[in-house]
Amino acid sequence: MSRNPQLNAKGALQHLLTIEGLPREILTHILDTAASFINVTKRDVKKVPLLRGKSVFNLFFEPSTRTRTTFEIAAKRLSADVINLNIATSSQSKGETLLDTVDNLSAMHADMFVVRHAASGAPHLIAQHVGAHAHVVNAGDGRHAHPTQGLLDAYTIRHYKRDFSRLSVAVVGDVLHSRVARSLIHALTTLGAPDVRVVGPKTLLPAGVEQLGVRVFHDMDAGMRDCDVIVMLRVQNERMRGALLPSAQEFFKSFGLTPGRLALAKRDAIVMHPGPMNRGVEIDSAVADGSQAVILSQVTFGIAVRMAVLSILAGN
Amino acid sequence: MNLPDAEKLFQALVARLGAHVTPDTGVVGIVTGGAWLAERLHRALGVRTPLGVLDPSFYRDDFSKTGLHHSVKPSQIPFEVEGRSILLVDDVLFTGRTVRGAMNELFDYGRPARIELAVLVDRGGRELPIAAQYAGANLEVPSGMVLVLDRASSGELSLTLSNTRRERKAAQ
Repeated sequence: MSRNPQLNAKGALQHLLTIEGLPREILTHILDTAASFINVTKRDVKKVPLLRGKSVFNLFFEPSTRTRTTFEIAAKRLSADVINLNIATSSQSKGETLLDTVDNLSAMHADMFVVRHAASGAPHLIAQHVGAHAHVVNAGDGRHAHPTQGLLDAYTIRHYKRDFSRLSVAVVGDVLHSRVARSLIHALTTLGAPDVRVVGPKTLLPAGVEQLGVRVFHDMDAGMRDCDVIVMLRVQNERMRGALLPSAQEFFKSFGLTPGRLALAKRDAIVMHPGPMNRGVEIDSAVADGSQAVILSQVTFGIAVRMAVLSILAGN
Repeated sequence: MNLPDAEKLFQALVARLGAHVTPDTGVVGIVTGGAWLAERLHRALGVRTPLGVLDPSFYRDDFSKTGLHHSVKPSQIPFEVEGRSILLVDDVLFTGRTVRGAMNELFDYGRPARIELAVLVDRGGRELPIAAQYAGANLEVPSGMVLVLDRASSGELSLTLSNTRRERKAAQ
């Protein structure tokens, strides 16, 4: 069997492309390191000198505000120089290939690439192409993976629930198109959560999803029962026009998280959402703004988790 | 070689510090051994300011060589650093590089009026112009050997000499 392409010869993390196949110790090390960065981000001087002199290139071939911004803040708080490239509006529209773009940036002595791409596997291709000193972080590729989102979700769950060993976690909605769901499911099963559920209509759950070690629910009420954590996925508007979903209203009626449905979960259950939210489609405003929602904490923790990932990679 | 009794060195350090530390001094221990020592000093000296803990891993000068492999403890400075007299505490003073990192980190919390350094053992071998104002003992330790502080579950401190760096085993 060939070596995990994310690990170097010593078994340390060289690139972060997917959570799938990473040992629990690496995930725990990232979460523990993130916990130390939380305190840094609370100081007046929210900066440490770890990545001083390093250049981090944010390569976004697909639009994103939150993820790009939080990666940028994370890199800056580590004292790195950050260069943001929105490729949709640059060389690629002039016909340059992905790897030619990367070669040009490598010639500018890039130390790290943070890559968002609509094609699954694009960050993997870049990781195989760059020199041994460079590191690649997948910031979301197609339907495949969004590992830092999965890690920040795991961090949020650990923050509120302390450990994973007795948790029931429901991931609700469009699992089929969701790289967020895939990364979170791999993180949760690796970290030892015993009951991970996916909840949604048949048309939005991938065939054979049980093989990831999850339980499948097509009935929202049954899926909510006694949950500790509810993760609502974003329903993308473009899915609504096709054959997969009749309408936003229809989806909300069957799978929207309302106060009534939330009451079926444990009383101290937390509600998460990777954003951006569609109020009234997957989540009711009363829940999104309610006391059990930790959606804005996820954003804050996301910076510390990305600081942890960037600094661990830079040191390997 | 014969190692001194860490508890005796601790008592000697308390006696030396007594006249200099006030209830307003900010006592800051460097993890792991320095934090244990700082906890004891903080109590013995009757300091009112809450105890601070620093893990200067994010400020180390050997990061590009060694990376972040061991787990980093969160630094916690639960008081205003600006204008305060700080007593920085570590178990063993050797090259001075850890203290340099810790001072850099402290300055990211504010501008202290003064920083003084207290250590249980000064083993020489400095690579930077850093000195301890208070040391329990000066010890000649062969280079290549690692001198660390251990803490038993009873809380008793002891010194250990070994050939290689290792994770501390004592209870938190």
